[in-house]
Amino acid sequence: MCGTCGCGDDAKVTITNLETGKAERADSLRAPHEHGHDHDHSHEHGHGHHHDHGHHHHGDHAHSHAEPAPVAALAAMHAVNIDVERAILAKNDALAERNRAWFDGREILALNLVSSPGAGKTSLLERTIRDLGAEMPIFVIEGDQQTLNDAERIKAAGAPAVQVNTGTGCHLEADMVRRGLDALRPAFGAVVMIENVGNLVCPALFDLGERAKVVVLSVTEGEDKPLKYPHMFRAAELMILSKIDLCPHVDFDIDRCEALAREVNPGIRAIRLSTRSGEGLNEWYDWLRAARASRGQEAAQ
Amino acid sequence: MHEMGITQSIVAIVTEQAAGRKVTRVTLEIGKLAAIMPDAIRFCFDVVARGGALDGAALDIIEVPGRAHCLDCGGEVALMEIFGRCACGSRRLERLSGEELNIKSMEVETV
Repeated sequence: MCGTCGCGDDAKVTITNLETGKAERADSLRAPHEHGHDHDHSHEHGHGHHHDHGHHHHGDHAHSHAEPAPVAALAAMHAVNIDVERAILAKNDALAERNRAWFDGREILALNLVSSPGAGKTSLLERTIRDLGAEMPIFVIEGDQQTLNDAERIKAAGAPAVQVNTGTGCHLEADMVRRGLDALRPAFGAVVMIENVGNLVCPALFDLGERAKVVVLSVTEGEDKPLKYPHMFRAAELMILSKIDLCPHVDFDIDRCEALAREVNPGIRAIRLSTRSGEGLNEWYDWLRAARASRGQEAAQ
Repeated sequence: MHEMGITQSIVAIVTEQAAGRKVTRVTLEIGKLAAIMPDAIRFCFDVVARGGALDGAALDIIEVPGRAHCLDCGGEVALMEIFGRCACGSRRLERLSGEELNIKSMEVETV
């Protein structure tokens, strides 16, 4: 799969290890896209495979379309129809499953943090690292199109971090996370926070192998975002409403926002917090502890 | 605009399956709830296919409507969005179709 979306082939992904300062230019990341790969796991994806249509054989519709000129010229040649039945995102899904098994084997809790740009993902991570760093080892993969700024902030907060720069790409993919993990080398039993590129659209489609997606929505945004970006809010297990210290200054209806999120995803959990005032942080920390404990149990089974 | 990347995946998978043969038609199955716009795929397809095994190939897209099973009343619900509500009022829906993102078949030339 292409590591980018809506972009040309010139996009480059770079992975920088903030511990060593070593940057890996990711032509090597793109290489697997260019040549053959084994797709044996292609049916293990999460989308429902409901083939309730009849098979569309060649003869069923051969004459209902205007053939492009090059094909028409070859019409005298024989053609054979081949059933492919392949999920388009199968390659990413297979790599994500591999990441998931890797995390499981090390009893690592991996979370995929998603939001619009500026919702406060990095601030939440900084605060979490400062408050919980002694209790649980936290490792961070930072995804952004450009700059090492976020990974530097994480490092300053006291956690090992790797920055993945996606170039023009607007989301992380499973192979980028794999490369990030190779550089990061998280400890057994650690928490790996994957901060996705700020974008509420594409990251919903790409499984990274995480245990859960956590969507962050700040009260300075629109309260109807769950309805505007339903795929993301449906994919998330937890919604964090951030910057609630600003509630007195904005018109954000926090109850309505939670109701709309449940409209899209009845099972979604919501936590309201502010990294500035500290309000609600304990609820987030308890959620993390519980997720981490259940991770250990799952791995033991 | 993730459709360009998706289209590149489609072309890569089909090219690999074609094993050197010329591809004349590709049939996709895209669910109406899949967050992928068929028109954007069509727009990207000709550009991405150019110069390779799929150059000039026709693209058929079967759009699969969204359907769900209500976990409370057992009824079937047509979904226009990724979320919805059953006529009985329940939001506890199990999606049956509409999220497909598959390459269904391809047509290649034989000698």
